[in-house]
Order: sequence, then structure tokens, then C-alpha cells
Amino acid sequence: MSRAALLLLADGRFPAGGHAHSGGVEAAVAHGAVHDTESLEAFCLGRLHTTGLTMAGLAAAAAAGHDPLLLDDAADARTPVPALRAVARRLGRQMMRAARATFPSEDLELLAAERPRGAHQPLVLGLAARAAGLTALDAAYATAYENVSGPATAAVRLLSLDPLDASGLLARLSPDMDAVATAAARAADRVTTEGVDALPSASSPLLDIIGEQHAAWTVRLFAS
Amino acid sequence: MSHAAQIVDDRAASTGSLSGAEEPAGHPHGVRATARIRATYNGRATTLPQLRSDGPFHLRRMRTDGNSAKVGIIGAMSAPLGGDRLTIDVTVEDRALLEVTTAAATLALRGPTAAPATYDVRLTAGEHAGLRWLPRPLISAADSNLRQTCHVELASTARLLLREEQILGRANEDPGHLVSRLLVHRAGRPLLDQQTAYGNPEPGWDGPARLHGHRAVGQLLLVDPKMGTRHDPVLLRTGSRDGCAVLTPLADGRALLATAVAPTSSVLRELLDEALAHALRG
Repeated sequence: MSRAALLLLADGRFPAGGHAHSGGVEAAVAHGAVHDTESLEAFCLGRLHTTGLTMAGLAAAAAAGHDPLLLDDAADARTPVPALRAVARRLGRQMMRAARATFPSEDLELLAAERPRGAHQPLVLGLAARAAGLTALDAAYATAYENVSGPATAAVRLLSLDPLDASGLLARLSPDMDAVATAAARAADRVTTEGVDALPSASSPLLDIIGEQHAAWTVRLFAS
Repeated sequence: MSHAAQIVDDRAASTGSLSGAEEPAGHPHGVRATARIRATYNGRATTLPQLRSDGPFHLRRMRTDGNSAKVGIIGAMSAPLGGDRLTIDVTVEDRALLEVTTAAATLALRGPTAAPATYDVRLTAGEHAGLRWLPRPLISAADSNLRQTCHVELASTARLLLREEQILGRANEDPGHLVSRLLVHRAGRPLLDQQTAYGNPEPGWDGPARLHGHRAVGQLLLVDPKMGTRHDPVLLRTGSRDGCAVLTPLADGRALLATAVAPTSSVLRELLDEALAHALRG
């Protein structure tokens, strides 16, 4: 395995389109729920342990070699609102383009052919990690990190926060990212014996609601 | 292991397996009870060949007009308390129509031990069967600790109306620890899988990405194979402080889910009733 490949996959500059999404922060800012570094940290913590854990589980399972089409169904069942399903597939399509160029593999080609409009993004990331020789835990880490770094970066732009404060909060969330990535990889281990129901389905009803509300806005800075 | 790691792992172990293969031992003083309801169709109407009350669940046949059956669950004792292991198993066989309600809210209390109680609901509906599962809210009282699962298996032509309401704390108290998973399969495939976890020690449970001060959360799921597949999302109230909801189609189609958060149980019910009216209007 190449540890450098993990850095590449988790890098915000990896051309997979993530920078255009705020992970719900734009809607939370509009509601006044996120307004400073402290409330941003609380937002990121809550997101990491819900959506973050669920996505990390899917990424880990894909990296472990489980059937990506079954995982794609499992991802749909874990994403009850259409706005967030559309975002996950759009990001998956963009990740697929980048992944095929960087870590080409037969698995990626097969999934691209089966889901031409995009598979859920964590699965594509998981398959790219697998092609790069990374582990399920690595894929879970990349997803967990992206789950909080995306909203933190977006909030810096939306609220004109000090980027140093945003980096500080990401550093404070490191133990939680460790916990989430580890739990996700353990759950992916159980898929062989228990099926996809073994994967986490941690969810936040509020994130689903504001995700759907945000999609109905006519003017917005971020796509989600 | 770090504190956060412990929580995440405990949560996965507590509701991760719905197969029953790895059930925790429970508390020696806890109540163990399994109530069972079986509804069948005899060619004219729905009958109830099995109605087995147990522990805190007293089952009562209720009068209906038409050919469906209705069962009320009446609390025969305070439950769930810490350490209890409770199960309700409902099977609606092919073409039978059943509605199940509860007479009062379910109140999770601490009990003699801080150990978690488990409350598992298993719902199965056969071909052309119809099930309405409409219990009153579940209230997570201070210092209670409950792991709840609702596992639904639907045949491809089964219809379902399911409502879940969770109230976090009685008036002006902190909630206990409530972890709840709703897993629905249709024709063996996952249709909906959601786990929520509120109360200490869940990280960020009351923060802006999760409850944001709300104390009532609920869902309403409508599955109907005869429903049109084209549904636009409906937004119900768009402020966030006074409660809000969305009604959206699931990926599998022919299924609608309303998701609501609200400051109080009464606002939550208003939102879910409004969502149901939209859903039935189609």
C-alpha cells in the first residue's frame, strides 16, 4: 500500500468536486444555528457521528471488496431525502472521473458502467482506495475527515471565520474521527457474515430536513 | 479506547444486529416479555388467531367497521425500565388488514439499574396485506437508557403506514439515552435504514447538526405499491426553531417518508398529521 495515496484521496484539492458543497452548513448558517467557531464545532461533531459514520461505513465496505451495487442500495436506504441522494450521486460521478484517472481499476469501470449517472460517493472513494492498495480503515478515515473538513472550510467562507480556528477545531475532532473510522471499518468486517444491514445507519433527521430545504433555495453559494 | 470510540462501538453493538444472534444478557431483575399478534384473512375478513399478551403488553381486540382488525396495546405495568428486554412481534398474513395502536405513551424510565433496556418491534406483512402501526409517542425520561429497534419485513405488494414519535424528556428535563433504529425491507431489499441516538453521552446530540434544541422527533412512513411513483418533496414550515418537516419519496419509489423535528409533542403531531394529509392526497 502507499500511504501517500491516502493523502491524495483525502486532499481537498483532489478534483472530485467536494469544494462546491457545504455539507449542510450553508442551511445551518441561514437558520442561525451555526454562527461562530463553537457552533461550527458542535455542527461538525454531530455530523461526523451521524452522516459521517454512515458514509465511512459504506466507504470501508466498498474498499473491503463488498458488492458495490448492494452497497449502493444500502446507501439509498440510508438517504431518505432525494436532494441528498442527488448530491451523493453527483459527487460520486465527479469522484469517479477523478478516480479513473488516478487509480484506474476494473471495479471502478464496472461500477461506472452500472451507474452511469453516478453511484453514491463513498462507494466510489472506497473502490478508488482499494485500487490504490489502501485498506477499509483508510477509506473510512478519508470519508470521516472529508465529512468534517468540507463543512469547516465552507463555514470559513460563509462566516468569514479565521481559517486557523477552523483548523483548530478539526484537530480537536481527531479523536472522534479515529473512533468513527474504526467503528466504520469494524462494521464493514461484519458485512461478510451479516450482510449490509451490519453497516451503520446513523442519521440526523434535522440534516435531512435542512438538506431538502436548501435544495429549494433559488440563490445559494454551495450546491448542498 | 477513547470515550468517543467507546460510545460509537457500544452503539454499533446495541442495535447493529437485528438478527437476535448477539443479544445482550439483560439484567437479572429486568422483565422479559414477548407479545405476539398474528392476523390472517379467512376469505371474508381479518381474524386474529394469535393474540398473546405478555409482561407489560396487554393486547386488546378492538371493534372495527369493515373487514380489518384492530388491536390496542395497553400498558399493564411501567416499562421499559433499565434491564428490561421487551419484544412485540406482529405478523399480518397475505391479504389481512391490521391496525395496532397503544392506549398511552410509552415511558422509558431508569429503573433499578442503569443498564440499557431493549425494546424490539418486529413487523411482518405478507402479499396484499395492510398494516397500520400507530403507537403513541415514546418518552425518554431523565436517566433512562433504551435501545429500540423496529424491524419491518414487507412483501412486495404489502401496504404499511407507520408512525414513530420520540419525546426527549418529560417537561423540562434532560432526556435519557435513547438509541433507536428503524429498518424496513421490501421484498428482502433495504427500503429504509435509519438509526438515531439522543441524550448523553451521544456526541453533539443537541447541537446544530442534530436536535438543535428540539425535543420531539418523528417519522411517518407510507408504503403503498399502488401509489404513483412521481412525488415532489413537500416542505412543511421552513423555520427551524418552531419545528419543521419534509415529506419525500424514498429511492425505491412507492414509499413516502415524513421526517419532522419540533419543540413539543403537540407540534410534532401537527406536522406529521399535515404530512399524512399531503401523502394521502398523492
